[in-house]
Amino acid sequence: MTTGQQAATTDRQLAGSSADILAVDGVSVRLAGREVLRDVRFAIRPGEFVGLIGSNGAGKTTLLRVILGLQQPSAGTVRIDGSDRGRHAPAIGYVPQKILLDPDMPLRARDLVGLGLDGHRLGIPLPSRGRRQLIDEMLRAVGAGLFGDERVGNLSGGEQQRVLIAHALISRPRLLLLDEPLANLDIRSEQEIVGLLARIAREQRISVLLSAHEMNPLLPVMDRVVYLAAGRAASGTTDEVVRTEVLSKLYGQHVDVIHVHGRILVVAGRGDGPAEPVGEDGAHCAVQAVPDWQ
Amino acid sequence: MTHLLRMIVEPGFFGNGPVRVALIAGGVVALVSGVVGMFTVLRGQSFAGHALADVGATGGSGAFLVGVNPLWGFVGIGVVAAGVMEMIGIRRPRGRDVATGIVLGAGLGLAALFLYWGTTFTNTTGATISVLFGSMFVISASTVPVIVAFSLLALAVVVLLYRPLLLSSVSTYIATVRGVPVRITGVLYLLAMAVAVSLAALTIGAILSTALLVGPAATAMRLTSKTGLAVLWSGLIGVAATWLGILLAYDSFYWPPAQHGWPVSFFVVTLVFVFYLLAQLPMIGRAGGGRARQARAGG
Repeated sequence: MTTGQQAATTDRQLAGSSADILAVDGVSVRLAGREVLRDVRFAIRPGEFVGLIGSNGAGKTTLLRVILGLQQPSAGTVRIDGSDRGRHAPAIGYVPQKILLDPDMPLRARDLVGLGLDGHRLGIPLPSRGRRQLIDEMLRAVGAGLFGDERVGNLSGGEQQRVLIAHALISRPRLLLLDEPLANLDIRSEQEIVGLLARIAREQRISVLLSAHEMNPLLPVMDRVVYLAAGRAASGTTDEVVRTEVLSKLYGQHVDVIHVHGRILVVAGRGDGPAEPVGEDGAHCAVQAVPDWQ
Repeated sequence: MTHLLRMIVEPGFFGNGPVRVALIAGGVVALVSGVVGMFTVLRGQSFAGHALADVGATGGSGAFLVGVNPLWGFVGIGVVAAGVMEMIGIRRPRGRDVATGIVLGAGLGLAALFLYWGTTFTNTTGATISVLFGSMFVISASTVPVIVAFSLLALAVVVLLYRPLLLSSVSTYIATVRGVPVRITGVLYLLAMAVAVSLAALTIGAILSTALLVGPAATAMRLTSKTGLAVLWSGLIGVAATWLGILLAYDSFYWPPAQHGWPVSFFVVTLVFVFYLLAQLPMIGRAGGGRARQARAGG
């Protein structure tokens, strides 16, 4: 048994308790005859910050879709807050990777946050003092107080992420799911968003599951990692999972895990030839010159 | 002052039957087009709106040919076209333009046939002109209640789906996760849009009704960043352009060159365009948001 499977098993034993916010158990997904996910299992406890790491095509989006109930798994179960997920789980707050609005569309940041409260309801929202206060409070909580009256489409990528996080949080979910929130952000916004999410998880005991192809920005705050490669997953703490033996097994080829200045590089190759970075993970951090996190 | 007013509002303007019908029907239709149009722009469906309007020409000309009130032709074909677009795949952003284009092409082909037959068999070009460019002043008084009923229907759909429509304009993923039936919402909106442009086809013409759908919305977007207010502005701008257009058309009866009056649709569409240009002026458009942003960047 590999270390990865051991880590997964440990998770599952811990996951047996009903305290789990999210329990993914043996989930497999076949799309058009191709196995996209195979026997993925992990669990998330209240207030945990978990990174879902994998390169493009590893199955991150599919896994998120399964958790959100948008994709039926061919095997396995997903339990949210102890119960089988219905189609619409109010316990989940969701932040998509991108939004479709042009810069000049008349929708302010506060309008979007308000839609998080009651966007699925019919009719026109009635303004009230309570509603306004709640929206203001939420905007401030994510550091978006200054641009609440700006058009959403006009905001920068980092500002939009904050507003989308406020939109997801205002309905008081217990699990926050974010699809590649750090993609297309500059390094500073990236650090700010990661810091904000870590604070939310810690202070409000909201579990955070965040997908990313680059794990380094998350290393200081991540409680655990779910590492996806070729449709298979290993989960545990970073030290348990991001190791040469575990990831080599996962990728089905030899990879080296190299620690450089508190950051982690995952590179393919045996050492007898030139090492090739694996996916964007390695390629990205190889060129990234950021001061150490801690 | 009174003299000036007399010069602008010709004597008998409000006493004129066709003018009264035009003011009521045109105003109601403009309001609906403006309100529905704001969401057309938000959802990036202007091309679909234009196609539905153009395809209306097929229904209108067909109705003329068989001697039915063109309103039924416009609305009937609009609803059918919306249904076909949905089936072909207007849901997917990439399939959207293709679905729209295919329906538009097929519809206009039929319109060409119907208009050709109409002209050859009746030896007049009246039907062609009124289908393509509107017939505000020849709407029969008995049609008005039907127009109002359809207008209320389209308005009701938009008011009822206000929040789900907004949410799915931002992200269909968020909307789906929140339990919004995105597909049904999209279909209902497409139908409301079909009704709106069909009604506008009756007043200002199948070719021109997109102007009343998209123009006021594009103008309103410059005036405010608040969604609700923008929807309201959009409707009011449409009404203003229509009423002012009717007034000018009435006055133009004594204008050169022909002393037959200028077409009302020309005035309405031109006014929509002028309003849009005015809203581009820095002191009028972009109220609030831009300044707040500068202040933030400065501080």
